[in-house]
Amino acid sequence: MIFALAEEATPGTVAGFATEYMWAVPLLPFLAAVIIGFFGRKMGGKEHYVGIFAVGAGLVMSLIAFAQLAGGNAAVEASYTWFRLDDSLELEFGMNYDFLTGVMFVVVTTISLLVHIYSTGYMHGDKRYTWFYAALSLFTGSMLFLVIANNLMQMFVGWELVGVCSYFLIGHYWEESPNSSAAIKAFITTRIGDVGFLFGIFVLFVATGTFDIIEINHLAEEGELGGSIATIGALLLFCGAVGKSAQVPLHVWLPDAMAGPTPVSALIHAATMVVAGVYLVARMFILFEHAGAALNVVAIVASITMLIAAALALVQDDIKRVLAYSTVSQLAYMMAALGVGAYTAGVFHLFTHAFFKALLFLGAGSLIHAVHSNNMSDMGGLRKYMPHTFKTFIIGSLALAGIFPLAGFFSKDEIVGEAFRAASEETQITAIIVFASAIITAFLTALYMTRACIKTFFGEYRGHGTPHESPPSMVVPLWILAGASLSVGLLGLPVVGPFADWINVPGETRHGFDTLYNIVLPLASVGIAVAAIWLGWVLFYKERRQVDILSTRFAWVYRLLENKYYLDDIYMGGIVRPVQYPLAAFAYWTNQHILDGIVNGTAHATVGAGQGVYGVIDQQVVDAGVNGAAGLTGFSGGLLRYIQTGNVQRYAAFLFIAIAAFVALFGLT
Amino acid sequence: MPVSYFLVLSALLFSVGVYGVLARQNAVLVLLSVELMLNATNINLVAFSAFFQEAGVAGQVFALFVIAVAAAEVGIGLAIVILIFRNRQSVDVDEMSLMKW
Amino acid sequence: MAALAQEMIFWAVAAMMGIASIGVVTSRNVVHAALYLVGTLMGAAALYILLLAEFVAWVQVLVYVGAIVVLMLFGLMLTRAPIGKANFDNDQRLLSALTALAVFGVTSYIMVRAFEGQTIDLSRETGTLTASIGEVIFSTYVLPFEVVSVLLLAALVGAVVIARRD
Repeated sequence: MIFALAEEATPGTVAGFATEYMWAVPLLPFLAAVIIGFFGRKMGGKEHYVGIFAVGAGLVMSLIAFAQLAGGNAAVEASYTWFRLDDSLELEFGMNYDFLTGVMFVVVTTISLLVHIYSTGYMHGDKRYTWFYAALSLFTGSMLFLVIANNLMQMFVGWELVGVCSYFLIGHYWEESPNSSAAIKAFITTRIGDVGFLFGIFVLFVATGTFDIIEINHLAEEGELGGSIATIGALLLFCGAVGKSAQVPLHVWLPDAMAGPTPVSALIHAATMVVAGVYLVARMFILFEHAGAALNVVAIVASITMLIAAALALVQDDIKRVLAYSTVSQLAYMMAALGVGAYTAGVFHLFTHAFFKALLFLGAGSLIHAVHSNNMSDMGGLRKYMPHTFKTFIIGSLALAGIFPLAGFFSKDEIVGEAFRAASEETQITAIIVFASAIITAFLTALYMTRACIKTFFGEYRGHGTPHESPPSMVVPLWILAGASLSVGLLGLPVVGPFADWINVPGETRHGFDTLYNIVLPLASVGIAVAAIWLGWVLFYKERRQVDILSTRFAWVYRLLENKYYLDDIYMGGIVRPVQYPLAAFAYWTNQHILDGIVNGTAHATVGAGQGVYGVIDQQVVDAGVNGAAGLTGFSGGLLRYIQTGNVQRYAAFLFIAIAAFVALFGLT
Repeated sequence: MPVSYFLVLSALLFSVGVYGVLARQNAVLVLLSVELMLNATNINLVAFSAFFQEAGVAGQVFALFVIAVAAAEVGIGLAIVILIFRNRQSVDVDEMSLMKW
Repeated sequence: MAALAQEMIFWAVAAMMGIASIGVVTSRNVVHAALYLVGTLMGAAALYILLLAEFVAWVQVLVYVGAIVVLMLFGLMLTRAPIGKANFDNDQRLLSALTALAVFGVTSYIMVRAFEGQTIDLSRETGTLTASIGEVIFSTYVLPFEVVSVLLLAALVGAVVIARRD
């Protein structure tokens, strides 16, 4: 029905009834977080229902609203000013619900709901169950808040909120110091990017006078922004995207973030939070388009990232790390797509990737739950024990590798196609680089996923005990996601798929059916993927072969990859330590000498003042006054007592004199 | 008859009474002087009563009450003087100066 | 009575009263002092009659002269007042004289200035009716009347208690 509506729909001017109320959708999870946070203790084990209900309602609303939007209703923009400084500065809460927002909403709410359900099984018995669900709901609300923002400040607020929630959730098992360190690392690394983001916002504000996204894009399009200002602003914004979406050089936090519970990894570090960077670039795409070389920078950074990350994924033992590096690589794919101007392709890949990456992560969670270990060296031959997990994981892997007709095929193929088009028709250098990187990365992707599948599901079981399939609460979401991975690709069918009608940049035309782009290139990419799978099978099925070839012939490569290109060490030794120790020493010196000096000095001054006051003022002035008054009273009393003669007539005499005086006084005046 | 005659006369009697109260040594003579003062006020009252005819006989009634009070006062006063005489064998006012510094 | 006659009577009585009052306070004989007081009081009674206050004059004579002066004489007797001449003035005569002078000066000055030129109309044929005084006492001023009655009772009891020999 949606397809039919989309084909005959024209953009309308009437907003659907659901789209107008989409601002409620972020609010529901926030409310749920508050409720769970405050009352979760008393709910026994039932607090997950609050979160599930909130996110489920959000999902329903998102679907209805998206259907309305697809059916021809207009996008909605509304805002509420909450702070205004004359006419120069205006901060507002706003919502901007258009197709991009709608797609993101559907993705976030779907994955969040499935993760909520999955976690009832995975996190069962965890001692911080309540807090986990509160943080999950808070995260969902923050992400939706970020997505629906119509101005950069609000988006930044949402950005930081999701960062904080990520910190909470990564550090869920904070009793082990590696986990808390990972949380801090994630937060600080993304923070570094956020500095750039904030400065980008400032630059754009100074240039345009507004935070409003639509306004800024419009101004960029009109050419009102100076070319260099737009470039600087866009690049600074991209810094934030680099941090949040784990592109080189700020990608180092994502693998370590796998210290968090697996549902968290699925939700935050695969499907939603990390795509915030891609979302930012997509939102500000018009700005980027008119920002000179900004898109080229994006493309280059993305290309480098996708290659590096894919190579690293090849040598990990921890299955979550494989998936983490895979995520970095796929995010780079999305960024690269945007970098060559393939807006629709990039967003479509975001959309499909969310589903199958979440599937892979949840599947990994299922494996970890069964084997009680993250490492693939403890797994093996699990296809016999965990059939559902096996099947869904294979589906996810095939989707990731880009095999027809799974979702990943359509999205990846489109990116590769667009890159090729940009490279061949417009001969942009960056497009050529992107195309080459994409092809190589596709090969590596299929290769490492094959390795992962083989090491996990084939061969002999290397762990102890007998692993068993996971409970339905965990398996059902897997199948749902598997179904999605199988089907959502069709939305992006070239020529006929509705996705391009929904998500497009104005001026981007749909290409008709073309043999090169619609037959040859897809076949080529599938062929590359199949070749990689075959190579993987050959290399890894017999484990000895892997050890032989890689560790002897390419031992230095192996070591390089194993140590993540020594990047972490470079960062630690080159950046962190030189800053940390001198800075700490300086801070300590400042504290001891300056701050303590001030405090002690103030104390001494006060004591001295007190003594001065006591000695001079209190002793001499005040006491003199008091004693003097007493002395004066005594002295005058000593004089006055002589009036008391005891002689009554004397008293009477005084009385009459006084009477005479009074009478004179009152009578004569 | 100018009313001021009566007023001056009463003032004169009052002043003489004041002198007597302050200057006499014998307690009974002091009481005598007090009577003089009271009498002077009575004259004042009755004179005004005659002067302010619209006030009716209020002044005279007042004067009657003063006389009654004066009588009571003399009774008590003399009782006290007699008691003092009984205790100290003297009615010399100057000698009764115990309450001095 | 004719105004002139009234004035002459007034001056005569006033002179007598003045001299008598000075005698009260300066006499060296206690009994003389008491008798001088009688003179003063009688003069006052005469003035009351002049002012058409006959009942008051009558009460004056009855109570003041008849009771109070007699009481004074009793007091003098019981306190062994010296018979004959003795000095009864204490040391502050000068101060007293000055005080008395001050009082006289101030009060007479004020009163003369206040009522300058105003006269009492004494041209009625009859004096104040006793009946009218009675009426007023027992209607408007019945409360002071009762209070004074209680006061007299208290004075009576008090005097008995104070002077009791026990």
